[in-house]
Formats: sequence, structure tokens, C-alpha cells
Amino acid sequence: MIGFTLRRLASALLLVVVVTCATFLLIFSDGTTIARATLGESATQEAVEAKAVQLGLDQPVVTQYLDWVQGVLHGSLGNSYFTGEPVTAMLLTRLPVTLSLTVIVVLLTALISVLVGTLAAVRGGWLDRALQLLAVAGAAVPGFIVAIVLVLTVAVGWGVLPATGYVPLTTDPGGWARSLVLPVLAILVGSVGGAAQQFRGAISDVLQQDFVRTLRSRGIGELPIVARHVLRGAAAPGLTILSLQTIGMLGGVVLIEQVFALPGVGNLALETTMRSDVPVVMGCVVFTVLVVVVVNLLADVVGAWINPKVRLA
Amino acid sequence: MSTVHTPQAVLDARDARPEAGAAPGPRDDGRGDDGALRRLLHDPLAVGAMAYIALVVVVGVFAPLIAPSSPSFVDLSQANTAPFSGGDFLLGGDSSGRDVFSRLLWATRGTLVACVIVLVVSTVIGVVGGLLAGYFRGRTEVVASWVADAIMALPGIVLLIALYTVIGPSIPTAMAVFGVLIAPANYRLVRAVVGQVRSELYIDAAKVSGLSDLRIVFRHVLTAVRAPILIQSGYVLAAGIGIQAGLEFLGLGNPSVPSWGGVLEQAFSAIYLNPQGVVAPAVVVSLTTLAFVLMGNALRDALQSTGRSRPVDADRVAEARAARVAPAADPEPDALVAVRSLSLGYPDGEGGVRSVVDGVDLVVHRGEIHGLVGESGSGKSQTAFAMLGLLPKDAVVLGGAVLFDGADLLGDAGAMRRARGTRIAYVPQEPMSNLDPTITIGRQLTLGLRAARPMPKAAARTHLLGLLARVGIADPEAVFDLYPHQISGGMAQRVLITGAIAGDPDLIVADEPTTALDVTVQADVLALLRELRDERGLGMVLVTHDLGVVADICDSVSVMRDGSIVEHQEVRSLFAAPEHPYTRELLSSTLDPEEA
Repeated sequence: MIGFTLRRLASALLLVVVVTCATFLLIFSDGTTIARATLGESATQEAVEAKAVQLGLDQPVVTQYLDWVQGVLHGSLGNSYFTGEPVTAMLLTRLPVTLSLTVIVVLLTALISVLVGTLAAVRGGWLDRALQLLAVAGAAVPGFIVAIVLVLTVAVGWGVLPATGYVPLTTDPGGWARSLVLPVLAILVGSVGGAAQQFRGAISDVLQQDFVRTLRSRGIGELPIVARHVLRGAAAPGLTILSLQTIGMLGGVVLIEQVFALPGVGNLALETTMRSDVPVVMGCVVFTVLVVVVVNLLADVVGAWINPKVRLA
Repeated sequence: MSTVHTPQAVLDARDARPEAGAAPGPRDDGRGDDGALRRLLHDPLAVGAMAYIALVVVVGVFAPLIAPSSPSFVDLSQANTAPFSGGDFLLGGDSSGRDVFSRLLWATRGTLVACVIVLVVSTVIGVVGGLLAGYFRGRTEVVASWVADAIMALPGIVLLIALYTVIGPSIPTAMAVFGVLIAPANYRLVRAVVGQVRSELYIDAAKVSGLSDLRIVFRHVLTAVRAPILIQSGYVLAAGIGIQAGLEFLGLGNPSVPSWGGVLEQAFSAIYLNPQGVVAPAVVVSLTTLAFVLMGNALRDALQSTGRSRPVDADRVAEARAARVAPAADPEPDALVAVRSLSLGYPDGEGGVRSVVDGVDLVVHRGEIHGLVGESGSGKSQTAFAMLGLLPKDAVVLGGAVLFDGADLLGDAGAMRRARGTRIAYVPQEPMSNLDPTITIGRQLTLGLRAARPMPKAAARTHLLGLLARVGIADPEAVFDLYPHQISGGMAQRVLITGAIAGDPDLIVADEPTTALDVTVQADVLALLRELRDERGLGMVLVTHDLGVVADICDSVSVMRDGSIVEHQEVRSLFAAPEHPYTRELLSSTLDPEEA
């Protein structure tokens, strides 16, 4: 189990290094353009060149990358070209928004899709057909359009919930919850259908295995069989499903933050990419890759821990 | 005779049915593309999706001719007018006073261009990468697959936002990058198919002269991946359109070119002034992604499914049931279990039922081991599962009874459930797959025993440890805490026998209990079953295809063929004087020196 975890950890680290390296080399590849973008189109060539030297953008991109890595090893992601603020500090102020949204959505997706998926697999019938429809709709309609529809109906039309904005949890828990209802709902519509349908598949796979028939032959009722044996068997594929959904969701969160004007990491990435504040953009990429890696790692390790063949190896 | 089957249909049904999970694979073998196209045209959703996509293409190509005005035409009096409000613009005007309808029509071109880019980039990279990785394997495949996994693990839209500083407001470039990001999906598909084709073809390929190995593999692979790539394209395009609209909505598109996402973004920022303005662009984007998803689903059904089967028609089942004679009063009241005129079948996909067991009678007394012999597919396992009430979900009982101590359990699911574990028990064929791999042996035995006979945990443990020792497990305490993968197949079968006898049943139904075991272990397990019968006065139904097993342990035998029992005898007389030609055939094949 420890060997397994270490191997996964190494693989995750490699992913972080490769992806951040590739992204860095790509977005810092043209220093002059970045310098020009920070000054505006009307800036003179001299001014642009001076700016490039000032920001260190005149150095070869590999040198810049090595400097950046050095900074990362000392806990610094650089400073914003515009405000001079450390990137880590900027990320930290945005983190609570994105993490609240993501964690709530992941937990609700897991809960609802396990319930609905299991019921659909065990009972079948109309619930199963409804789930298939929901999965198609969820896959077909982009999340931000669901968000816009929610804003249009619930917020603008009925005026029930706030259409935009974010209230920190520490300021006003009620306001915090209200500001997250619609964003969470908008993402759930897309994520639950797919996750529940895949979870349903995982459950029916386990239900078809021989040992379930043998358990039935022992006189064990259907409910204990599902609760004690089948759910456990479906846990590993279920975790994989959930981790894939979470990663897919991260992309959607950027758009959702924009629709509801939530000051999260996605919003920060968007603002800074438009004015070529590349150190901050890079910081947002690092954050995203770290979330992806941690989610994958958690799913792998928990999945392996559930499987005695791996745990006891 | 049954009224619902022909002999050939019966054979088909048996090939396909009783093995759970052995359903025909999703291959389009034997079906031409004509068949697929015909099925596609019979699917109303597919026709609707195709018609909509065709409309989008036509609109995109002929936008300059169709659109009422140029996308940049401004009429300030129409700014923020609602759709269908009677103004000059059909779908109203945006906040700059431009015609939303015209802009949406013109924007269709950008969508089409983006679709082509995503499709070409993702298919070329995915197919070429998959072919190379699958063909060269080794290090190439390891690296390529790692890269593919890494790309798949990243949220594409975050990278596209980051790359905006490099690409700038160019949707075509962004979509080319998206094509790269989604290519791993095609890559995985192609690589898997190459692997399959390689292993299938290696022997054949050696026989074909004149064609190089590489060309054979590539030609076969390209034929095999055509259908899955086509299906995947529907989903890829739906994702691409969603991403494109998303990027434009975020303001990362080219502001001087009309786009669906751009129209949506403008309408959304004016949502308090003109709430209905967002509807048209939102509907256009959603309908288009939906059309591609539905297209993907329809293609999957048409190219990969084995045809939609009709549910079983209740009237036809009733008719089939009525055609059977109800079992007469039990002629052997002292029998432990008596199966009477049992008939069952499976849906034939056309509303009817194919019979797989037809009028089977079987009697077992206390202390008797009754062999049920036949080839695979003769219906013997189905008969056994019917006695346990554990038939697959789609099985249809057409008639008959399973009388246990004179009471019918077949028609009474509740009584059957109560009888399982306490009166009737089951020993399966494949020991490993019949233990739950995720929990310890002790725990699963305890759960089973306490379900059948409620008792304190400690009592269950003592009872089970005693039984484990009885069935020949040397260190029951240690085995109790092991997981199934930590013990041998022979031990696993002893554990399963323990589970079967734990609830102190009267009857054991054993389905090929020694087939999956080593020859040396087989004899031990048979001896154990015989001893248990002697100690406990158990009745036993032993399903087997092996006449050697029958000779070794059974008291009487029923020979099954094509769903019916053709001969029933005491063991000794069966081997001495088989009556039915089929039994003689079975006997001679067993005695065949080559088999022995």
C-alpha cells in the first residue's frame, strides 16, 4: 500500500512538472508581445523593449522557467505585472470561492449519483429511463447555459435568489449559502446525470457477478446485499467516475464564476489573461493542476485502500 | 409440446442466455452499412438531429443570402428590443442595436469552421498516434499513453484561457488547440483496436502472402475504428461547440466577428434591460450541442447495438402458460423436493419466449444424491437455479412447480426466500468468483449465517469455525480473517460448502461443484459432499456434465437434453443398461480412450 501510494505520488509530481513546464514555455514564449500587451498597443518600441528588460522577459524562456522554478521552491509564484502583489496572495483571496463551489458540488454529486444510480440499477423501470434522459440532457446542454437559464428564471424572473456576487462564509453564513445555491445547482444539472448513469453501470456490473447470486442463495435479503456487498464492490469504479467528473467540473467552474460574477480563481485567470498578467495566469494553472492531481491521487489511494488485494500487498 | 419455440430458436436462446454477462458483443459484423443507415432512418431522434445539423450547415454556407441584414448593421432604435416584439428585427436587437437574428445566422459560419478544425485535428492526431503506439508498442506506447492521460487529466478550458496570452482572440486557433486536447479520446480508441486486431491477425497474417504485416494491420484497423470514431465525433463536436461558445461568452473570441457565444454574452450583460434576449442564442447553442449528442447516441445504437428487442408480450406468455398441463397432485408425498413439469424460457426479442426448459420432472429424497447430467446448454443449470429461485431477472417461468416438502415454492417468492439458506442451499461452480473479493471470509460467512439463522455474532463465529474445521480447513481461525484472494481454489470451494451447510439446510443444489478444481482436489471435495450427506441426511442435486462424477457419488441420475429429461435411472442400472440413445452416446464419449 505504501509502495503503491509512493508510485502514485511520483507519477502525480511528474504530471505537475511536465504540465506546468509546457504551459510556462508556451505562455512565456513571446516576451515582446507580453511586454507590449502590458503597455497597450500605442506604446513605442523603445518603451516595450525597456518593459521587457524590466520584467525579465528579454531572457531566454528556459532561463525564465528555471528562475520561476527556483521561486516556486521558495514558495513564490512571482508578482503581478500590474499590482506588484504576490501571486500566491492573490490566489489565496480567490481560493475560498472556488473551493466552496467545487467541494459542495463534488459532495452533492457523489451523494445524489450514488443514491440515484443504485436505485436505477436495482429497481430499473421509470427511474432508469428518467436517468438516461437526464444524462443526455446533462451531457448536451453546456453548464453555463444552464446557469444563464437559472439567472433568467430564478434570479431575474422570480427575484428569489441573488443573481450575482459572493458573500464570504465568515461574514454571513446565510448570505454565503444563498450566493452559492444557483451556481451549485447549475453545475449539478450537468454533473449528476453523467455521474449517476456511470455509477448505475458500475452497480449493475457488480450485481451480475457470481458472488451476488451465491449471497442470495444464503437467504440474505436484497437490501443488505446491496448495502454491504455491492456498494463496496462498486466503490473503486465509483471513485474513478467521481474524480473524472470533478476534473471536468473545474473547467465548467470558470464559466459559472463568470455568469454569477463570483470572484474565484477562474475569474482571476480570465481577468489576468486578458491583460497579459502572465505570472498570475501561470499561478492559476498551477492551482488547477494541483487540484487535478490531488483529486486523482485521493481517488487512486482510497480506491486501492478499499481493494484488499492492493491494500494487503 | 410447447407452442412457442422451434428447435433452432431454442439452441440460439441457450447459446446466448444462461451465461450472465456473455451477451453478444457490440460488433457490427454481418451487418452492412445499409442496415445501419436503415436503422438510423427509423430512429425519429436521429432523423431530427440530422435534419437540424443539415439546416445548420445550409445556414452557415448561405448566411449572406439568408440573413436579413449584415452582422454589423446598426439601428439604434432597435437596441435591446425583445424577440418577436414587432420591431424590425425578428429576434430583437442587441445592446448596440444590431439584429440578433442576422448575427446568429452569420455566426453559424464560425461554428462550422470550428467544427471542421476540431474534427480534423482530433481525428488526425488521435488516429495516427493510436496507430503508431499500437503498432510499435513498447516505449512508444508507454510515452504516448502517458501524454494522452496527462492531457485528459486537465480541464481544457483553463489551459485555453491561459494560452489566450499567446493565441490572442482567435477562435480557430483555440479550437485547433482544443482538437489536440480532446485527441486522446480517439487515441485510446484506436490504440485499443490496434491491439485487438494485432492479436487476432497474427496467425492469419502469416498465411497471407504478398501483403506486408503493417499494411494488413492498418487496413483492418481502419475498417474496425471507422464506426467508433464516427460515434465519438458526435460527442467531440458537441463538446467543441460548448467550449467555443464558452470561450466567446468569456470574451476571448474575436469581437469583430459575430459568434453565438458573443451574442449570448452581450444579451446576458443586458439581462435586466431585455431578459428574453438571452433565450435565442442559448437555445441555438443548446440545440446544436444536443443534436450532436443525439447523433452520437443514434449512431451508437445503429452501428453497435444488436437491434432493439421488443419486450415480452404478456398475452403470448399467458397463451404459452395455458398450453401447458398443470402438474397433477404429487405422486410422491415423501419426496424432499419434487420438480413438476417445470418449463421456463427467455424473451426472444420479438415479443415471444424461447423455451429452454420444457416439462422437467425431478424427485429427490432425503439422503439421496441425484445427478443432473447433460451437455452445456441442455437446461440443467437453469433447472437448478429454478429450484433455488435464483433465475436471472429476464427468465420467464412458463409453468410447473417446485414442491418442497409438498409446498410449492416456485410460485411463492417469499416462501422461496425464507427457504434459501435454511432449507435449500447452493454450492456454485467457480469458487473464486463466488466469494465477495472485498471482505474477509469470516465476515461474509457470518453475514450469510446470521441472515439465515439470526444469532449473536460470537455464536455464529463458533459455529462457523467448527464447520470450517469439519470441511477440512486446517487452521479455521486464520482462514476466518483472510480475504478470498489469499486462499486456494480448493479451500475457497470448502469455504463455499461451509456457507451452504451453515444454515443447516435439507437440500443442497450443487452446480458443477468440482469442474473448476484441480483433479487432486476434485476427489476430496466429492468425498466431503458424500460425508456431509451421510452425517446430515442431506438431499443433493448435483449438476454435472461429467459422468465420472456421477459414477463416483450419485445414487440416481436424470439425463437432460434440449431442455427435457430424456432418461431417469438408478446410477448402477444407467451405466449397465442405458435406455436412451443419447445416454449411450454420452457414455461412449466418456469412455473414449482419448478422453480418459
